[in-house]
Amino acid sequence: MVEAIAEPAAAPPLLELRGVTKVYGEGEAAVHALRGVDLAIQRGEFVAILGTSGCGKSTAMNMLGCLDAPTAGEYRIEGVSVGALPADVLAALRNRRFGFIFQGFNLLSRTSAIDNVELPLIYAGVPRRERLQRAREALALVGLAGRESARSTQLSGGQQQRVAIARALVSRPEVILADEPTGNLDSRTGAEIMALLTRLNQELGLTVVMVTHDREIAAHARRHVVFRDGRILSDAANERPPS
Amino acid sequence: MRLRDTLTLAFSALLRNKMRSLLTTLGVVIGVAAVILMQALGLGATAKVTGEIASMGSNMLVLMPGGNQRQPFGGSFLAVPLFTQRDLAAIESECDAVRLAAASNTRSVNIVVGERSRSTNLYGVTPSWFEIREWGVARGRLLDDSDLQQGAKRCLIGQTLVRELFLDQDPLGAELRLHDLTCEVVGVMVEKGTSTFGADQDDVAFMPYTTFVRRITGDDHVAMIMISAASDERTDEAKAQIEALMRQRRRIMKGEDDDFSVRDMREIQTLMSTVTGVLTTLLASVAAISLIVGGIGIMNIMLVSVTERTREIGIRMAVGARGGDILAQFLLEAVVLAAFGGAIGVVIGLGLAYALAAALALPFSAPVDGALVAFAFALAVGVIFGVFPARKAARLRPIEALRFE
Repeated sequence: MVEAIAEPAAAPPLLELRGVTKVYGEGEAAVHALRGVDLAIQRGEFVAILGTSGCGKSTAMNMLGCLDAPTAGEYRIEGVSVGALPADVLAALRNRRFGFIFQGFNLLSRTSAIDNVELPLIYAGVPRRERLQRAREALALVGLAGRESARSTQLSGGQQQRVAIARALVSRPEVILADEPTGNLDSRTGAEIMALLTRLNQELGLTVVMVTHDREIAAHARRHVVFRDGRILSDAANERPPS
Repeated sequence: MRLRDTLTLAFSALLRNKMRSLLTTLGVVIGVAAVILMQALGLGATAKVTGEIASMGSNMLVLMPGGNQRQPFGGSFLAVPLFTQRDLAAIESECDAVRLAAASNTRSVNIVVGERSRSTNLYGVTPSWFEIREWGVARGRLLDDSDLQQGAKRCLIGQTLVRELFLDQDPLGAELRLHDLTCEVVGVMVEKGTSTFGADQDDVAFMPYTTFVRRITGDDHVAMIMISAASDERTDEAKAQIEALMRQRRRIMKGEDDDFSVRDMREIQTLMSTVTGVLTTLLASVAAISLIVGGIGIMNIMLVSVTERTREIGIRMAVGARGGDILAQFLLEAVVLAAFGGAIGVVIGLGLAYALAAALALPFSAPVDGALVAFAFALAVGVIFGVFPARKAARLRPIEALRFE
């Protein structure tokens, strides 16, 4: 706050949804996933988006990651409206600025860990030698050094999610978008994944936005945004921030 | 995304489903192989035909009844008058560009030797026929002028008759029955082998023209006159002289069409090349259709593949693949399949063509242009039939592709 007053012309928020509405389908069958959402996320935050299933939290997350476009309203990245950008620019944004982590891991089947991790770099046009080097580093960062050639079927759920995290990190993005990252994992493995995300936020300064319905998992975040029926119910700092 | 990475992607995706890739490409393999095979055989046949005709000598002319233009194959062959021996004599004496002229009548007859019999082509010829056709005897002697004057009951036979009727025994001096006429064999012709169209050129017998018209047909008209020009250069001159002479002798008015034709070997060569060329094109076109069917097979599998891999496409788009990257990946898979099939097809097609040419005793010439065209066509088929599935993949919306079950 003090800083905001000292610098009235502060930089715009890193990610910002302004009056975003999302409607799926038409007429009678129309489903309002989002009904006018305003949300601003600053660089370096660790935000948990909470809510019951069907409240619109995943839709909001897809919007933040440029995977989906609003029906009405506006999405801005560093103050630049994304709505009018062509598909190829959105692809480049996903490639360079965002790293995705999904509930179901979404690794390529019958593909080794390192080949999964280097995928974003292929589309960034990075030469092969450098790709492999960076993919190896990313795998080491998530504690999977030595498992480069393992396929998904040879890895446990927790290890698969680590590969997915390494893939999200390898293009050195600013934002990690995690959709129920622990949803398919047991609580102990889930806690390990959360510890890893916390480390990425605190040590590497990455902005982390995580969708979850689990209060215990959300406890790792510093800010809680609660959705209900396509609207934001509450948006507050975590009362019990992680130590 | 770099081309090399796209290629690697395409290859690894195809190798992941080896059996499917192989079966998919089979249609293109068969198509390309068939196109090349047809072209190679066509080239071989053309080469053999033109070779055979050229070996007859470019100074050879054939005088046949029936006009040139309206009835190319002598539609009213029987309606037009044949030639006479006086025509033959006139050509020899009045056309100074003509070196030799010979009568040639032919009929299919039954030959009997002991208990064996066989149907064969019997020619009644004047002696210079053999010189014009440059065909001699392997053993014995040719028919000569005294045989002609006597109307001698003597004949020459081809190698096939020696094999079939005399069981490789010495036929010289032996007697055989030709259409109820007993003849003595005085010579055996040099072996000629099978003609391009499969006719056995050695299944043949010759007798003097006089014997033929008196004993076999009872009609002394001449069906065909073979002519040798004085030299290669004078062939056209000889042709013009014969045409003028025959118009005069057959009383054809100015402006009326000839009721005979003089063909030279170049014409026949051109005609034959045209025929084999048309056949080759026709067969290759039919083969090309199978190539298109092969392309449809590729499209079918690529469509299945796109649906199967919708989630993969979603993942790729989420990590930054552009529509163009996805398009390139799937298009390249189709093209690699087609190129692979095309390459195998070229090898198989050339191999089969070589084997078949050997079996049919045709000269083998690799249709290099044809192989290149067939391969390029296969590539084009890959692109054309690959574009639709690849576009379908590239137009998927990332979030829908990701959610696809």
